[in-house]
Amino acid sequence: MATKEEENTVFDVEAANVLTKELRDVFASGKTRSYEWRISQLKSIVKMCDEHEEDIVDALRQDLSKPQLESIVYELTMVKNSCTLAIKELKHWMMPEKAKTSLTTFPSSAEIVSEPLGAVLIISAWNYPFLLSMDPLIGAIAAGNAMVLKPSEVAPATSSLLAKLLPEYLDCSSIKVVEGAVSETSALLEQKWDKIFYTGNGRVGRIVMAAAAKHLTPVVLELGGKSPVVVDSGIDIQIATRRIIVGKWGCNNGQACISPDYIITTKDCAEKLVDSLKKELEAFYGKNPLESKDLSRIVNSNHFSRLTKLLDEDKVSGKIVYGGERDEANLRIAPTILLGVPQNSLIMKEEIFGPLLPILTVSKIEDSFDIIKSGTKPLAAYLFTNNKKLKEQFLMSVSAGGVVINDTTLHLAVHSVPFGGVGESGMGSYHGKFSFDAFTHKKAVVYRSFVGDASVRYPPYTLGKLRLMKALITGNVWTILRTLLGMS
Amino acid sequence: MEGLEGTLAELRDTFKSGRTRSVAWRKSQLRAMIEFVQDNEEEMFKVLDQDLGKHPVEAYRDEVGVVAKSAKLSLSCVEKWMAPKKGNLPLAFFPASAEVMPEPFGVVLIMGSWNFPISLTLDPLIGAISAGNVVVLKPSELSPACSSFLAEAIPKYLDPKSIKVIEGGIDVCEQLLQQNWDKIFFTGSQRVGRIVMTAAAQHLTPVTLELGGKSPAILDSSSNPTNMKVIAKRIVAAKWGSCSGQACIAIDYMLVEEKFASYLIDLLEKTIKQFFGENPRESKSLCKILNKNNFMRLLDLLKDPLIRASVVYGGSVDEETMYIEPTILLNPPLDSQIMTEEIFGPLLPIITLNNIHDSIEFISSRPKPLAIYAFTRDETFKKQILSKTSSGSVTFNDTLLQFVCDSLPFGGVGQSGFGRYHGKYSFDTFSHEKAILQRRFFPELEPRYPPWNNLKFQFIKLLYAFNYIGLLLLLLGLKK
Repeated sequence: MATKEEENTVFDVEAANVLTKELRDVFASGKTRSYEWRISQLKSIVKMCDEHEEDIVDALRQDLSKPQLESIVYELTMVKNSCTLAIKELKHWMMPEKAKTSLTTFPSSAEIVSEPLGAVLIISAWNYPFLLSMDPLIGAIAAGNAMVLKPSEVAPATSSLLAKLLPEYLDCSSIKVVEGAVSETSALLEQKWDKIFYTGNGRVGRIVMAAAAKHLTPVVLELGGKSPVVVDSGIDIQIATRRIIVGKWGCNNGQACISPDYIITTKDCAEKLVDSLKKELEAFYGKNPLESKDLSRIVNSNHFSRLTKLLDEDKVSGKIVYGGERDEANLRIAPTILLGVPQNSLIMKEEIFGPLLPILTVSKIEDSFDIIKSGTKPLAAYLFTNNKKLKEQFLMSVSAGGVVINDTTLHLAVHSVPFGGVGESGMGSYHGKFSFDAFTHKKAVVYRSFVGDASVRYPPYTLGKLRLMKALITGNVWTILRTLLGMS
Repeated sequence: MEGLEGTLAELRDTFKSGRTRSVAWRKSQLRAMIEFVQDNEEEMFKVLDQDLGKHPVEAYRDEVGVVAKSAKLSLSCVEKWMAPKKGNLPLAFFPASAEVMPEPFGVVLIMGSWNFPISLTLDPLIGAISAGNVVVLKPSELSPACSSFLAEAIPKYLDPKSIKVIEGGIDVCEQLLQQNWDKIFFTGSQRVGRIVMTAAAQHLTPVTLELGGKSPAILDSSSNPTNMKVIAKRIVAAKWGSCSGQACIAIDYMLVEEKFASYLIDLLEKTIKQFFGENPRESKSLCKILNKNNFMRLLDLLKDPLIRASVVYGGSVDEETMYIEPTILLNPPLDSQIMTEEIFGPLLPIITLNNIHDSIEFISSRPKPLAIYAFTRDETFKKQILSKTSSGSVTFNDTLLQFVCDSLPFGGVGQSGFGRYHGKYSFDTFSHEKAILQRRFFPELEPRYPPWNNLKFQFIKLLYAFNYIGLLLLLLGLKK
């Protein structure tokens, strides 16, 4: 049994030093590079998800009051899917890729070899604390690295569950969990990593990247932003409304990086939209949404205060058209819709990350693009329309990590497209093979022989060599022949 | 500072206008690039000679030719590269389509280096243009003739509203780095690379860092004597034949078995004489040392008596002309500066090992280099080098070639950098890959929506697990 002193051991820079050295030694031994090791770890993750489904759902309930369906579908199933895909495709992913060589380097052959980066650090977030820890981990394992996972302390039940389960199921010499908050994370960030994968907000993202810069460590930053939903006229309002609701309140009660943050629609459509939202919200969550079991709660009192502050701002408090009720003791805020908030209000300046949905109105739907472009690039952007031209304009002019037309958030589950941000919403991407690539170095390899050594390459340089050099570099057979003949 | 902010504001407006997004604009710029190279070949030879004493053959091979080839390839491929790529969708999402659409980042900063002042600025520029960005190009002030040439000539050929050349030294770099860029592409030293990335972190700007390191060449005795002459040529070319060793992928040092060392040194001596004559000082095929700073830095490496004692060939210097003779050293102390810092000059240490296989441990216990060169016919050894060392690239039985292979990513790993370019990788490095999922309103899946009940739960669970058979059974069960 650990003594009180041992339990209170601080994870400081010294401890982080020791840990990273251990990890590097294990990586250097080559243990994590074999196909067998990677597959065994991935299979164990699936086993862990199956055998501890209840514990995981329970931890998520403790941390976020997350409804069982959301925990099972958006956290567990997604993690298992990632594993299944990796297990199925790993052999293929690990294979070197042949590269074409041109006449310029004839005779030669070339390939691109995938190799693990080494010792990587994964810093997870609190809103999908299981998924956002395990999904990057799966990528790092598939790519053959050794790693440290730092789960978010804002979701403590999930953090300790991960700290308990991972050593039981996975190779604890090469996959380590470090729990803690700012000081532990800082201690980790001082170390030299071969890659850092961070999910969270832009403020901490800057700190992570600056720390990485000291060691020239590449980073993936999965951040957030204000993901807008543009709602055009001439669409099925009920379907659009339901899809917006499920993407907003159905995803951790709006506390998700790709949750619809705010809506922009025309003045004409606004009323119909609000009515439809009210109707569907009531159908989904009942007349007393504060008591609905199908909604997550606000994660903690900090965020609760932050969100109520957004609602209580003078410019905004009068704009609530639905909801607005709160229950501080239980950290609950009802699904709230606001109409016509000013663009310079707090609620329109920062990422909401909660159950509040402002609706902005414009005269022409095209004006919505300028509003979106006046802010920083979001992680996701959504458009509901049947107008092909509007859709094309949207795709061309609105930059975001990912875009969904006529639905919300689903691209998260499509593993054949990269998931990541741009600008303030982040850099790098993952999911599917992109997870493998995120933790891989693609090494260029050229094979040459000694046949056909072109003396034109070597000093002493002459103008004759220059002519032939030019021909060789353009790689055009006739030019080369002509030049060679010219020379003889 | 105001001038800079005004310039950036203009570039942002240009980008917002959408001008640089069209295929027509990109192709026109790439064509202009080709024209630029054709019209200014002699002028480029001249300024490269001024800054670095580079011979036209080297200048063409490593700079002018590279840019011409890159522009031509991009011109013929840009439309293909711009096209959205379809992604597979599981049946569960039907009906829908998924694709990835590359889009330009926006306003990008390209910082070039002094050793290949034309290609290391213009090649990334070609990538940025193909990807539809607006660009600020900052050539290195340490190659001033090339820098002024670019500042003067580029606006005559390329769209001045979208591509700007800004000259200057450290203070200009500092000002540039304070701005909010959508991407920074930097070629240079590790020290400055850290500064660039730290500055980029303030704005969450993605960066590509093309750095350097100590690129080793391994030579094992499995190579047969007839090939040895060619090997020696390739080694000498990769050291002194590439900007006099001032190249990120130049051979920094060599690893050979002890019994082989004197044979190798002999061969290298003969080859050096063959390439550069009896008096290399007078050879026009050898680049000069960049400037006083670099010259003094290199002199410093040779200062220590232990180092001087290890010189087995060359070693003579002339401070007035900043000339350093091609120099070979045998087994300088491993903790000396010459063996811990990137040399970037005409000095070649040879380190001997008992067994050539020890070279793997030697290399992997040191920071990851940009390139590893290995001369060997031993296939097992090749595989071990590939799997037990890490570097930007590996080339077997030759040198420098990875640089001209457009289908290979060119970039570092670890201390030698991150990110890559050349060929399509240049386009990709300046693009954001935007994921697009398109859905229809019908059919609608009722079970997607709360309030949840057990049936909906089962349905969604099975759907997300792509368990179609399970789904079918569930539905059939319902139908009784």
